[in-house]
Amino acid sequence: MGKREGRRAVTVQPPTGAESPHDAAGIYREVQRSAAFREVRGRYRRFVFPATVAFLLWYLAYVLAATLAPEVMARPVMGALNVAMLAGLAQFASTFLLTWAYARHARLRRDPAAMELRWAVTLETLQDTRPRRLELPAGRGPAAWRPAGGGDVR
Amino acid sequence: MNGDHQGLALTLFSVFVVVALAISTWFGRERQGTPEEFYAGGRLFSPMENGFAIAGDYMSAASFLGISGLIALYGYDGMLYSVGFLVAWLVVLFLVAELVRNCGRFTLADVLAARLRERPVRIAAGASSVVVSVLYLVAQMVGAGSLVALLLGGTDGRARGWTVVAVGALMVVYVTVGGMRATTWIQIVKAVLLMGGTATLTVLVLVRFHGDVSALLGTAADRSGHGRAFLAPGLRYGHDLTSRLDFISLGLALVLGTAGLPHILSRFSTVPTARAARRSVVWSIGLIGGFYLMTIVLGFGAAAVLGSDAVRASSAAGNTAVPLLALDLGGGAGSTGGTILFAVVAAIAFATILAVVAGVTLASSASVAHDLYGTLRRRGGRAPRDEVTVARAAAAGTGVVAIGLGLLAQNLNVAFLVGLAFAVAASANLPVLLYSLFWHRFTTRGAVWSVYGGLVPAVVLVLFSPVVSGAPDAVFPGLDFRLFPLENPGLVSVPLGFLAGWAGTVTSRQGADAAAHAESEVRSLTGAGAA
Repeated sequence: MGKREGRRAVTVQPPTGAESPHDAAGIYREVQRSAAFREVRGRYRRFVFPATVAFLLWYLAYVLAATLAPEVMARPVMGALNVAMLAGLAQFASTFLLTWAYARHARLRRDPAAMELRWAVTLETLQDTRPRRLELPAGRGPAAWRPAGGGDVR
Repeated sequence: MNGDHQGLALTLFSVFVVVALAISTWFGRERQGTPEEFYAGGRLFSPMENGFAIAGDYMSAASFLGISGLIALYGYDGMLYSVGFLVAWLVVLFLVAELVRNCGRFTLADVLAARLRERPVRIAAGASSVVVSVLYLVAQMVGAGSLVALLLGGTDGRARGWTVVAVGALMVVYVTVGGMRATTWIQIVKAVLLMGGTATLTVLVLVRFHGDVSALLGTAADRSGHGRAFLAPGLRYGHDLTSRLDFISLGLALVLGTAGLPHILSRFSTVPTARAARRSVVWSIGLIGGFYLMTIVLGFGAAAVLGSDAVRASSAAGNTAVPLLALDLGGGAGSTGGTILFAVVAAIAFATILAVVAGVTLASSASVAHDLYGTLRRRGGRAPRDEVTVARAAAAGTGVVAIGLGLLAQNLNVAFLVGLAFAVAASANLPVLLYSLFWHRFTTRGAVWSVYGGLVPAVVLVLFSPVVSGAPDAVFPGLDFRLFPLENPGLVSVPLGFLAGWAGTVTSRQGADAAAHAESEVRSLTGAGAA
């Protein structure tokens, strides 16, 4: 749903008014203000900021517990395993889990929209610097301006 | 150690040196003329290749030998290192890797220059990157010296000195001849060797205890001489308030420093897209996490199989725990299996040091040539010389400086030196990077203040810490000008770096450049216009 809306909003209108229609800086400001870009940025930040706060607090709590409350950490749980050992392993587990969650979130919720935007901006800026837009500079093959992930779509 | 071990280990190590040399010359034949080739290997590595290379860059001998040794001596407190080293990668994955790939070209300064005034931020970020790289290099060189002393039996100062010189010379050859492409392949080969060696030893340890982890931990606790306290925090960092604060400081530096390490940042420029950068980090988190889990098994395994006293008798810092464990697991001293396994472990540790040193040297030469030389030269009005030539010369220069400092620092603890490099990276590089990527009001003055506001306190606090003077194992044990009680400055210098960046920004007379910020934000999140 959101993807479809993003696709339509991506078409960058030539800026009107004072800014010249082929001004690269103008294009970037226009994109920055567009709903599609704000959606990509919002999705990224809504995942990353809370997740960063969470894992930093969890790590800090772990370090503080190890230094300030060693007797709690030493409490045995099962066999030779104690609270400290389990907390350490839980840090490993949470790191792996967050890595997986982030990669999944980025791949499903962010990559397609970001790729559309990149493509749109690339076309606009190419138009800007090269009036005859299909004539590319020598030595820069299509690979140089391919959209994000062009070769590694899974 | 007897002659068999030495001979075999040196042979295996020589094989690695020759293979690495072959890789360098092979890739050196290809075009190295452009900065794109030299610093970024043409940006054509796959996520898996780069993931292995990142892991290879990161899993230094300090991790392999140092952390396992600390666990063998102090039990649980050693394990705290592995947790911090791994969790740090979430900062890289969430906040840094993709945005830096999209926004940067080769170095930290490229990311900043995308939206701030180029000259001052390049000089500041270039200088701090060089400081971090050199500290990191010195740690690795000192590690190489200790390792060869162990291998050749005895702590002959001249042998250690010559090792430092040889390692430095080799890395200069690898980097100047092969550039980033060869350096990456050396890292990949080394990462595979290191993971293979560690996995073999881990399996042997687990087989020895019939797969019963609880029995392994119980035996380790019994043979450590500390009983159950060995499995809980406090043996190393629980004596008094200062040592606890020191640990918190180290923990902060470890978790925040990784994302500011120049050689890690420049790794993201070797892949074609931000998505590939993300997938490389996912690969490297898997590899690094697996590796640190195995070092925990090896550390407790060394305590259980050898006993902490035997480890301490061989090396007071515990750096020899893993080679000794390999000797025992292979069948004991004098057996063929023990000899082979010991030699393999020693050779892998050497290879590790050599590869890490090459990676850091390359990053440092990029900072010197791309950031400092280019910027300072431009004011002189003369045409800049070919940047890649300068970068090659800078790699040689970095090598000479690191060799010199490595010879001076031979008595310092390797883990401490690495911790220090992380602290400086966390104080000087991370705040400016995060502000620049996420704060729309951030200004050039804020960036400059942020870098120097973290760098200067971090370095000054270390100069006045017990590491440099006033303690028996300090650099100058005879003098006492210690004013700061902690060994690691992170607890103070990291907040100062963030504070200075904020203060510089709010006191700027000019506001942020909105157009430049728009471009850098759109670039960082979409990859439009990325190099």
